[in-house]
Amino acid sequence: MSEIRINILKAELNEQALLRGLAQNDSQAVEALYKSHFPVIQHFVENNNGSFDDARDIFQEAMIALYEKVQLDSFVLTCQIKTYLFSICKHLWLKRLQQMGKYSNPLSSEEESVSVQEDLEVMEKKDAAFAIMDRALNSLGEPCKSLLEGYYLNKKGMQELANQFGYTNADNAKNQKYKCLMRLKKLFFTQYNIGD
Amino acid sequence: MEDIQLLEAIEKYLSGEMSAQERSNFEALRKKTSEIDQMVVEHTLFLQQIEWYAQRKNFNQQSQNTFNKLLAEGEWTANDEQSTQFKIIQLWSKYKKVTAIAASVGGFIALFTSFLVMYLSPSLNGTQLMQLSKAVEVIKKNQQVQGHILNDVKTKIPENAKLISGGSGFLIDIKGFIITNAHVLKGNSAIVINSKGQELKANIVYADITSDIALLEIKDEDFKQPKSIPYTIRKKISDLGEEIFTLGYPRNDNDIVYGKGYLSALTGFNGDSGTYQIQIGANPGNSGAPIFNNQAELIGIISTRQRQTEGVAFAVKASKIIDVIESLKEKESTKDIAIKLPKSSVISNSARKAQLDRIKDYMYSIRSFN
Repeated sequence: MSEIRINILKAELNEQALLRGLAQNDSQAVEALYKSHFPVIQHFVENNNGSFDDARDIFQEAMIALYEKVQLDSFVLTCQIKTYLFSICKHLWLKRLQQMGKYSNPLSSEEESVSVQEDLEVMEKKDAAFAIMDRALNSLGEPCKSLLEGYYLNKKGMQELANQFGYTNADNAKNQKYKCLMRLKKLFFTQYNIGD
Repeated sequence: MEDIQLLEAIEKYLSGEMSAQERSNFEALRKKTSEIDQMVVEHTLFLQQIEWYAQRKNFNQQSQNTFNKLLAEGEWTANDEQSTQFKIIQLWSKYKKVTAIAASVGGFIALFTSFLVMYLSPSLNGTQLMQLSKAVEVIKKNQQVQGHILNDVKTKIPENAKLISGGSGFLIDIKGFIITNAHVLKGNSAIVINSKGQELKANIVYADITSDIALLEIKDEDFKQPKSIPYTIRKKISDLGEEIFTLGYPRNDNDIVYGKGYLSALTGFNGDSGTYQIQIGANPGNSGAPIFNNQAELIGIISTRQRQTEGVAFAVKASKIIDVIESLKEKESTKDIAIKLPKSSVISNSARKAQLDRIKDYMYSIRSFN
């Protein structure tokens, strides 16, 4: 095998490793992705009417898209990470510019991009569901909100939560959790339509 | 209570916590009772949603922390430095041409502009009202720069001109017509500066001291006509208490400044029906700045403020702009000027940040000189 070929293979393996790391919330992988890909996006956004903060927000959204994509069993990435992140960012930024009512003649950049339309649609649906859940959780009030967050977000056990919230035993905490969950469900489903 | 027990059973079932016996019992129940079957499906979906929510929320946090950590470690240039850098580049490109010439010629003049005390117009009710224009004094100094680089910082203001006054203004016609206060234009010539710091030459077309409205026309080959103007002019009178905002150039560094307030009276100083009284933090240099309502309709122009009372200012009503433009048609010298006022506001429902972002490109800082 030629040296070039080996290097390509190494790069591919490296990308695969990064994506596996990302799927498992590995902090080194996340950091590596930021380090190697954020500057390109920063450059792109700042050269197209945006600020450093805009670049940060856009890149964060693209990272979420990639993160949620690698979670899927059906996950395949048909291009380089760099190209994928850039394509997502480009679309998101274009959309943001349009929302702000700025003229957006073809955005200037020499970066390669791929079609990410499908992924963006999936993302939009998830964004909507996320917002509904967020609103529902925030309108629950305490202790429901913290109790459910403790259980579902921070993956704490019922006993630990009982101690934290001062319930006399895990069963009581559990009972409370179910009551809260029912309220959350109701709030969520009044806005979220199955089959939509 | 029953519902809770059912929910508990479903959760146990879905998380695989049931014993084999419990499980087969539950599955039999599911088959028999369609409501329960539906609840299981619904709850599966719901748990999936919570899981996605949790995943995203946690990852979002992780991702933000990573970003902040790298930022703190100096991996990237932070926001502030970024904007300073940007400004320097802007200044550089603004003066690049001149500097290049200067470097070869070897001439150097550094222009210092300092904004001194506010100008007090004698025609005004001097003790109580204060016009908000900037009085400007230009000091020209020859400055020997040590070393090899010689700078010539020049503006479009002619070399021997004396800056007299300044303020703010805004575009009302894409062809380059700008409205400001008449008292902003105390000199006989003017230049305007856009939000990007670019200077443009302008003619004073008309100035009406009574209504304190003036019209400028940009006459500069560097001026790029916009396709449209995002705000409209409100002809009707506005409502008491209406929320308002403004964008102007009160600061010496010519940075655009946003201000927010409300309409506090439908008449101005001493019951003047041509102006509104507004509650807003207005400073010298705000003169000529537009007042918008929440729908980004232009309702007035800031002109004066009460001396003693901080925050109280007066704004010429927008209907006066329309009057002035109508009156131009009747005058021999100005009858050929056809001004097309913007018809629709495309940002009436936008969030404030988006409105400002859009409006700022149509706001000008104005300098008047002799």
